[in-house]
Amino acid sequence: MSKVVLDESRSDESTKGHISKILISWAVASIIGMSLVWFVLGPHLPPGTMTDQAAGQQFDIKFVSTLAVPVLFFVWFFFGYSIMKWRVRPGEDPLAGGANIRGNSKAQGTWYILTTVIVLGMAVYGTYFLVVPAGAGGGEGASPIWTPATKNMLQVQVIAQQWRFTYRWPQFGGMETTSLELPLNTEIQFNVTSLDVIHDFWAYQLGVKADANPDYNNIAFAKTQQTGRFVVRCDELCGIWHGAMYNYGNVVSQSQFQTWATNMEKQNAAVTKLLPKYATTYTPSYSGAGGGYYNTATDPNASL
Amino acid sequence: MAIDFSKETGIGSSGGAPSGSSTGSGKFSPSVITGIIGGGVGYLFGHWLGNAIASGYQQVSGSGSNDVATLLGYLFATVGWFIGLGALNYPLKKMLGIDPDFSEPELGKGMSKYFKYTVDHKIVGVQYLFGMLVYFFTAGLLALAIRTELLSPTTHLWGPDTYIEIVGEHGTMMMMMMTSVILGPFGNYMIPLMIGSKRVAFPRLEAMSFWFTPLSYFILLSALWQGGFQSGWTSYAPLSLQQGVGQDAYIFGFGLQGLSMVCASTNIVATIINYRAPGMTWSRLPILGWSMISLGFTMILSIPVLIDGLYVLALDRSAQTAMLYDAHGGSSFLWENLFWFFGHPEVYLLAIPGFGVVAEIIPVFARKPVFGYKTSAAGMIGLAILSFFVWQHHLFQSGMNPDMRPLFMLTTELISIPTGFIYLVGMGTLWKARIRLTGPMLFMLGVYFNFLFGGLTGVYVSDVPINVTVHGSFFVMAHFHYTIMGGVIFAFFGAIYYWTPLVTGYQLSEKLAKIHFWSMIIAFNSTFLPLFAVGLLGQPRRVFEYAHRLQHLNQWVSISSYVLGLSLMFFVVTFIWQLAVTRKPAVRNPWGSRSLEWAVDSYPPPQHNFRQVPVVLAGPYEYADPDALPIADIVMENKDRAPVGVDR
Repeated sequence: MSKVVLDESRSDESTKGHISKILISWAVASIIGMSLVWFVLGPHLPPGTMTDQAAGQQFDIKFVSTLAVPVLFFVWFFFGYSIMKWRVRPGEDPLAGGANIRGNSKAQGTWYILTTVIVLGMAVYGTYFLVVPAGAGGGEGASPIWTPATKNMLQVQVIAQQWRFTYRWPQFGGMETTSLELPLNTEIQFNVTSLDVIHDFWAYQLGVKADANPDYNNIAFAKTQQTGRFVVRCDELCGIWHGAMYNYGNVVSQSQFQTWATNMEKQNAAVTKLLPKYATTYTPSYSGAGGGYYNTATDPNASL
Repeated sequence: MAIDFSKETGIGSSGGAPSGSSTGSGKFSPSVITGIIGGGVGYLFGHWLGNAIASGYQQVSGSGSNDVATLLGYLFATVGWFIGLGALNYPLKKMLGIDPDFSEPELGKGMSKYFKYTVDHKIVGVQYLFGMLVYFFTAGLLALAIRTELLSPTTHLWGPDTYIEIVGEHGTMMMMMMTSVILGPFGNYMIPLMIGSKRVAFPRLEAMSFWFTPLSYFILLSALWQGGFQSGWTSYAPLSLQQGVGQDAYIFGFGLQGLSMVCASTNIVATIINYRAPGMTWSRLPILGWSMISLGFTMILSIPVLIDGLYVLALDRSAQTAMLYDAHGGSSFLWENLFWFFGHPEVYLLAIPGFGVVAEIIPVFARKPVFGYKTSAAGMIGLAILSFFVWQHHLFQSGMNPDMRPLFMLTTELISIPTGFIYLVGMGTLWKARIRLTGPMLFMLGVYFNFLFGGLTGVYVSDVPINVTVHGSFFVMAHFHYTIMGGVIFAFFGAIYYWTPLVTGYQLSEKLAKIHFWSMIIAFNSTFLPLFAVGLLGQPRRVFEYAHRLQHLNQWVSISSYVLGLSLMFFVVTFIWQLAVTRKPAVRNPWGSRSLEWAVDSYPPPQHNFRQVPVVLAGPYEYADPDALPIADIVMENKDRAPVGVDR
């Protein structure tokens, strides 16, 4: 190996000049970028504000996006500046060494402390926004510990099976519907379960997502605060028609909901009698789709 | 140092690798042909046996498919394949007390040695390189098939079953094969050279690790002919219990690849620990070595959990146990836990070697020692350790252990700290450097550019409230494509451009490398950046129907993915063209590296790497220290001093 030639200019350069150039341009760009994300993009970020939980998620996405801007810019500006400034120019010795720096305890220490503080801060932040809005709309298992203050909630059971969702309403005689209407300004408890494989109940605009597991009741909460249409999609792969497993629901005024629910209860009365007693889970059996979900005493197919 | 010159280790006076078991010559010498024959015979036997055992059972005779026969077919095909390859000759001879043949045949110049079970780590490395390219491009074509379907929200090119089979096949092949994308070609080839060894610790394990992969590839692909598996690469139970025999191909293919990874990582860890040349202390070990040792330990600890899970799944499907079936006392959560306990370390198995390559190559083109050598090693070890404590973040919405979510959110976010180390190292190394923007260097910078998006969106998905929106959506899909494809695959191509002169003796064109890089990084970002928006706007993964309002974004992505495909095709054509036709001889030490692998006598390196075991005198990164000793007591001739990629 031939002797290392050094480019002395690299070692002699003042560090402060470079750092201040990078930092000043970074700070200016970050302030502009952060304001754009917070004020311009922020209000349009998904999943909207149809429920308390959705609004919380929207705020979180806005908050994290705003914080991501300076990190992104810092790396970009640093790399861009270094490449422009310290590139080997034509005619220079390509193998001459740069500054012989193996490390810098000040820079490294600052980096370690800063990233640790940011990361711990993010974890505290995330925990707070998970606990306070009653699980933030996510599936909280069979016995949730972060619950809304009120015990007076509308109970909606979401039953997933290959490949559709149905809904049971224990407060309306245990009726089962294929459509989902929800009243405005109401605390809702979704009890999500499955009759066959793992599905996922994702009510996008409601900010609710909970896996539907067989033999398991997965609870999620949401408080409606806007009327409108929302989409429900299955969000865990559940077989060939997974892509077609979706339907729509509406958040309507409380009086409209009452009318709808009482009508449905009347319409479905004959069918409701055939259903098994309302339960948190229904054990499927080998006898076809839905299996033991249907009342064995009255279901003519049950003996198959 | 840790070199044992005694006869027992197989390092004789010549000090080289032991001979392969395929030393015979003539028509019937073991090769890939006899392997295929053996595999075929084994499959037929196993399938017959399975039918003989199980066809009488009600669940088999009633279903029209026999999982026992399929699984036993694959099992005996594997045994037959290795017998045919001659892999078992040596161990069987040893067991029978016959003295194995230690004569060392000179490996010829021809291509036939690449189609044999050989124990030279350099041949295994080349086999891996071309194998990985084949696997990557197969799975890449499947990705283009997915994107073609998604051109329209309602018109369908494939049936919903074929579509979801393609999705599962793409995901499984990429995830199981690409884990070895750096370890296989570059770990096996470069690590012994870099640490000054004439051989690897367990050459037969290493050879076996490669020969698992073609079998695993064909078994996995065979699922497409057998009705596929509609359960994706995650194959959650009980959906995976519903599937036809295509699911058995998934189980067996993935399992074989798991065994391959265990073999490969055991060998690489043992090699790095025991076969370093005198003077190659831990603080002089190249960063790639640190990444390989972190990777190796992570593989050894996590892959058995996958194999265990696959075994449970196979038993549930064939022997009718009910470990994953809720109604009979099992739990579908069990599979989710076992799978992700492997599956999360798995994604760092993909990321860590990428970081290793980056930190290895950047100092060469920055003419500086790597900044914070210990920090970069600590970053990779930290990633490896933390990867075992985060798996439930894939299951935040599953309802499992819901009150543990803050803990898993914390551990997941802690991952940002060691990942940040990798950025600190890169940025520090570029500081006051002398940067040459060669083809390989551009790919390394590309890794930093892409991984930044992957890393930052990782904070989104780890935050439980945001995870409610993005879990299972295209946002997550874009996130991990940025970390894996944007990270390790870019590092892989950069490594190909960097080490091809050494491996083949031919120089690749810098101009073509740069065209490849720029077209690939633009098309890559144009493909995956909009997918973050698609996911946030509510498109779930693995669907063939989506909202009409998302059509324009999806079309943009699909067309970009074709451009990405063309860019990769450009690589294939120019790479083969330059190796087969133009064949420009490589100059000595073309990049001006100090590392030991370039100090060998010839490119490609001779059979036993070094004439004698080198004595290492200094670290590999002393680019800016005029008083540094040469790396070892070998004269690294570089008279022409005409490194590539510099205008003079």
